[in-house]
Amino acid sequence: MCWKHKFASLCLHLFHCVATLDSNADIISTVEFNHTGELLATGDKGGRVVIFQREPESKNEPYSQGEYNVYSTFQSHEPEFDYLKSLEIEEKINKIKWLPQQNAAHSLLSTNDKTIKLWKITERDKRPEGYNLKDEEGKLKDLSTVTSLQVPVLKPMDLMVEVTPRRIFANGHTYHVNSISVNSDCETYMSADDLRINLWHLAITDRSFNIVDIKPANMEDLTEVITASEFHPHHCNLFVYSSSKGSLRLCDMRASALCDKHSKLYEEPEDPSNRSFFSEIISSVSDVKFSHSGRYMLTRDYLTVKVWDLNMETKPVETYQVHDYLRSKLCSLYENDCIFDKFECAWNGSDSVIMTGAYNNFFRMFDRNTKRDVTLEASRESSKPRAILKPRRVCVGGKRRKDDISVDSLDFTKKILHTAWHPTENIIAIAATNNLYIFQDKVNSEMH
Amino acid sequence: MFMRGLKRKCFDGEEDIEGTLAGIKAIPSYNLQRQSLLDMSLVKLQLCHMLVEPNLCRSVLIANTVRQIQEEMTQDGTWQMINMQNTGQASVDRLVSTDILCRSSREQAEGKHVPGYSTFSKDFEGDQAQDSSETMSTASSVQALRNLQSNVWEMENSQENKGNFQKSLDQIFETLENKSPNSVEDLFSEVDNSYYDLDTMLTGMMSNTKMGHCDGLEPFPSPTTTTSSSNCKSDLNELDHIVEILVES
Repeated sequence: MCWKHKFASLCLHLFHCVATLDSNADIISTVEFNHTGELLATGDKGGRVVIFQREPESKNEPYSQGEYNVYSTFQSHEPEFDYLKSLEIEEKINKIKWLPQQNAAHSLLSTNDKTIKLWKITERDKRPEGYNLKDEEGKLKDLSTVTSLQVPVLKPMDLMVEVTPRRIFANGHTYHVNSISVNSDCETYMSADDLRINLWHLAITDRSFNIVDIKPANMEDLTEVITASEFHPHHCNLFVYSSSKGSLRLCDMRASALCDKHSKLYEEPEDPSNRSFFSEIISSVSDVKFSHSGRYMLTRDYLTVKVWDLNMETKPVETYQVHDYLRSKLCSLYENDCIFDKFECAWNGSDSVIMTGAYNNFFRMFDRNTKRDVTLEASRESSKPRAILKPRRVCVGGKRRKDDISVDSLDFTKKILHTAWHPTENIIAIAATNNLYIFQDKVNSEMH
Repeated sequence: MFMRGLKRKCFDGEEDIEGTLAGIKAIPSYNLQRQSLLDMSLVKLQLCHMLVEPNLCRSVLIANTVRQIQEEMTQDGTWQMINMQNTGQASVDRLVSTDILCRSSREQAEGKHVPGYSTFSKDFEGDQAQDSSETMSTASSVQALRNLQSNVWEMENSQENKGNFQKSLDQIFETLENKSPNSVEDLFSEVDNSYYDLDTMLTGMMSNTKMGHCDGLEPFPSPTTTTSSSNCKSDLNELDHIVEILVES
């Protein structure tokens, strides 16, 4: 039986590379599709944002199926210096979130450790020609040469994409901003740092509401920090935040102004047989994402991804092992700091498949329905155009098949921390250090 | 209290090699590994304070790990209960003795180095540090953690105006819990600033030292020297030479 059919339900084997984009200057630090999937934004360590646009499918080239090309590049954040603390503020873009499109322009929020910015992206493809007072180059005409009046007409020009900063939300955070999330009301958004979460209005930059504050009165008592947060996709009053102790807190903004008391606390009791000094570190949640339906939450900790039902606080409904073979290597991973790597996770459009990154440029996908999973690699070899991705395997001793990688030869410097899934189609964007890979399902997904 | 066998799971290769046969053999090895983990964690905490701005989540997780180890050591009875509480308050007003500076880097790497970092360490601690027993070094590590915290906090303030003191209270791991801000400021006014630089240089040295315990593990990444004040660096260069001499003697 051809292995293609074996994985048919996952469609994963059909992913082939449509673009490999070198941002050779810098490490990509965030990847995000907009709400239609037409645009893909990446942020990097140098404070730059690069936006890719999907080309409309051409009837002449049925295989092109809409490739992503660079649409715009701009410098979002610059390095800054905090004179008070004598510390540098990195320009690295931690997160980008798109606003739902409300007119011809696109808008996105980008943030570094301290400052959030709202950018407006507009297109200009026409320009007026035939001014009365100015000539073609814009110089003022000699009035004596003007003998008649003309009405300027709009003539087509080469497409120009203009990006302007519309709002700068500064001085809201003492600690490092790790997440931003736009509310479904499209008017407000929240930003979370290690100890506090603020609610902003998109039009107001000089103040924000603090809605969560877990800073202890005495900093010596600090044992837990906020690691990620997100608004519910449909209920504008609900949001969730995750902690370094592995818990999730769902908060309702209607309950009180300061949401220090959670409405629901999601926590899985520790497995006593797996207890070690690293238990807490590996339980720290690095990312939390609501499903598109709003019924579930997806969390990523160091070794697993978990699906939580909003109605069940005692334990996750599904747990998937990402790379359990690392469990016996935790001491080394603690020493080289890899244990602190923050991997992100993603849902597909129909919430049936979840994806997350791993080491050695591997990323993993789990089909929630069939319970099948696959490991794929984002690398130059596997990324010849139209090349179909081959499933990879990590062997942990015992039988070793050809092309298997042993745990000890994994490259821990090649980590896929940031991944994104197109909102409706089977197109994924994978950031591997300073390379961006875009993989696409060859067959149009009507299978879900 | 956890089963010995279960604890060993957290260390690489222990399971496979030791197996069940060396129940007795495993115990000292476990303690050594645990000590090594404690030392590693303390150095990491020190390292992270050297970076541009510490990653708070990482620092908190490491500190929690240290606390966990200490709690376990307390339960195990390998912890010597010395008056930690009292010394914490009283320790800040003593300058480092040259005794500590002259200690070899190997000794310092084994857990006695943290008192060496501290600008303000008690004489009693200096005495303890002479003792090479494992228990003493672990006992001093709680003190070390506090000193570390106070040290970091001091390091970050030493190059700034004392007026920024209040604002820096948000920095991680504020120490001197029972001290009011005013009294600590008075404390600083008595201190000779040159010791701060010496201390900074020492920590720079220590963070480049490899841990001797775990073979085959990757060396620590060298800390990025991103300190913004150029004064500090030039002083470091001058004092580098001086301390090199002191340490080798």
